[in-house]
Amino acid sequence: MSSAPTLSRAQRAAFPPNWPARLALAALALYVVYACSVLDITWARFVEGFGHGSRLLSRVWPPNFAPDKLALLRAGMLESLQIAILATVIGVLVSLPLGLAAARNLVPVPLALASRGVIALFRTFHPVIVAILFVKAVGFGALAGMLALVVASLGFLSKLVAEAVEEMSMKPVEAVRATGASFLSVVIMSVLPQVMARFIGFSAYQLDANLRNSALVGLVGGGGIGATLFTAFQRFDYDFVLTIVLAVIALVMLGELISGWMRRLFQ
Amino acid sequence: MSTLQEPTPVYSWHRFSPAQRVVRSVFYILVLIAIVWSLESIEIIPEFLYDAPAQSIDLFARMWPIDWAWYPEVVQAALIETLHTATLGTILAVGLASAVALMCARNITRSLALNALGRFILVATRSVHAMVWALFFVALFGPGSLAGTLAIAVHSIGFTGKFLSEAIEEAKHGPIEALIAAGASRASILLKGYWPQVKPAFLSIVVFRWDINVRESAVLGLVGGGGLGMALDTALSNLYWDRAGLVLCVTFAVVIVTELLTIWIRGRII
Repeated sequence: MSSAPTLSRAQRAAFPPNWPARLALAALALYVVYACSVLDITWARFVEGFGHGSRLLSRVWPPNFAPDKLALLRAGMLESLQIAILATVIGVLVSLPLGLAAARNLVPVPLALASRGVIALFRTFHPVIVAILFVKAVGFGALAGMLALVVASLGFLSKLVAEAVEEMSMKPVEAVRATGASFLSVVIMSVLPQVMARFIGFSAYQLDANLRNSALVGLVGGGGIGATLFTAFQRFDYDFVLTIVLAVIALVMLGELISGWMRRLFQ
Repeated sequence: MSTLQEPTPVYSWHRFSPAQRVVRSVFYILVLIAIVWSLESIEIIPEFLYDAPAQSIDLFARMWPIDWAWYPEVVQAALIETLHTATLGTILAVGLASAVALMCARNITRSLALNALGRFILVATRSVHAMVWALFFVALFGPGSLAGTLAIAVHSIGFTGKFLSEAIEEAKHGPIEALIAAGASRASILLKGYWPQVKPAFLSIVVFRWDINVRESAVLGLVGGGGLGMALDTALSNLYWDRAGLVLCVTFAVVIVTELLTIWIRGRII
């Protein structure tokens, strides 16, 4: 038998060491240490927090299902649901024209750029910041929360509509234009049939997102379950907080089920 | 030779079957009912609404001129804190989410109970918003960026883990079988079989989540999570609208720069 050629240990390894990846990991570890020192995150604080954790947990559990709390929960959840539904409906109705106005293959470029600027502005600010501004403009309550969610929905939906329209086939558009149809007919007969299925998918997703975010805008005065949640936190009613959080999770899960069902229905 | 032609039957074309049409009509009616119900019971105070234009003008009048002098004093430190919170939170989230994603992926963990548990963790962490998590962590660790970082990390598990587990489940089985046939250990299978296939999706998810987390961490301070939100809260509660305007401008700039950076990175690496 011929003897196998002698190989060094490194050559015999199935996978040679990947030095760039190792260096990148080391740099990442260094960054973590540096960032922790900047943010004043120490192990001692972490351990101390977990000491509080057991005490907090004993106050959180079991969730509070007293009748008066359940009435508060019901009112807050219904208001959140209404905020989410209205914000989605208004967002859907307005985002379609705004998205079409931002598609460069349908409208003149200056108009498309202007619409894109508006959409970018809507997308940039977090719903909470928008809610703060609306609370100042229209006062505390569900209206401010709803308007904030409308802005968030517009930013998300219009951008996706614009992208969907820019990706679609131009052949049906040319065919309808060749018949001398007006712009509105072009949109209804050739653009909408191509983007509608995706648009309904986006809208269903936005309903989910609005349900989640409706718990958020209440924290800064936008009404709904978020307001109930914030009050419970401030009064240290931690067991009621858990009830609210569980209810929100259940609502969001239900919303995901419904929106998944809606997407299948329209595909 | 002529034969009698059979009359062609008249077909009428419908886009949807009758059952589909019924389901769709029911759906539209339900949507209408939901809208009417929401409109009827949402509380709108007319006086506030009439007042809104005046209040909005007042808002911007108070913000102008923006108090730029406050930037070196407070806002710059807050900005750096926000960026570190977002980055550190994302790193922590990626570690946690990778573990949960491995637990969720049906081709890695062959236990329905563990898969379901993983899926529940993903949905639960995602449904509770980062600000609500921040409220919890502020109660635990006190106000500051530790609470903010943990809130960002825990909330991001759901999003990151969901897409990561989907990427793992989509991995092709060929390389895995080759590694198993060669007698590779479980760690080698993960590192050399799955990781190269998942890597592009992984990087794209991480960069995307970092972009979102910068936006989120800018508002966490409103509930005590540190960073730009804390500066905004200070300005708002003292009614210094010119300072609030400064924080809003800085937030706007950071979000735009982050988005451009994200697009650049995705173009380069992925």
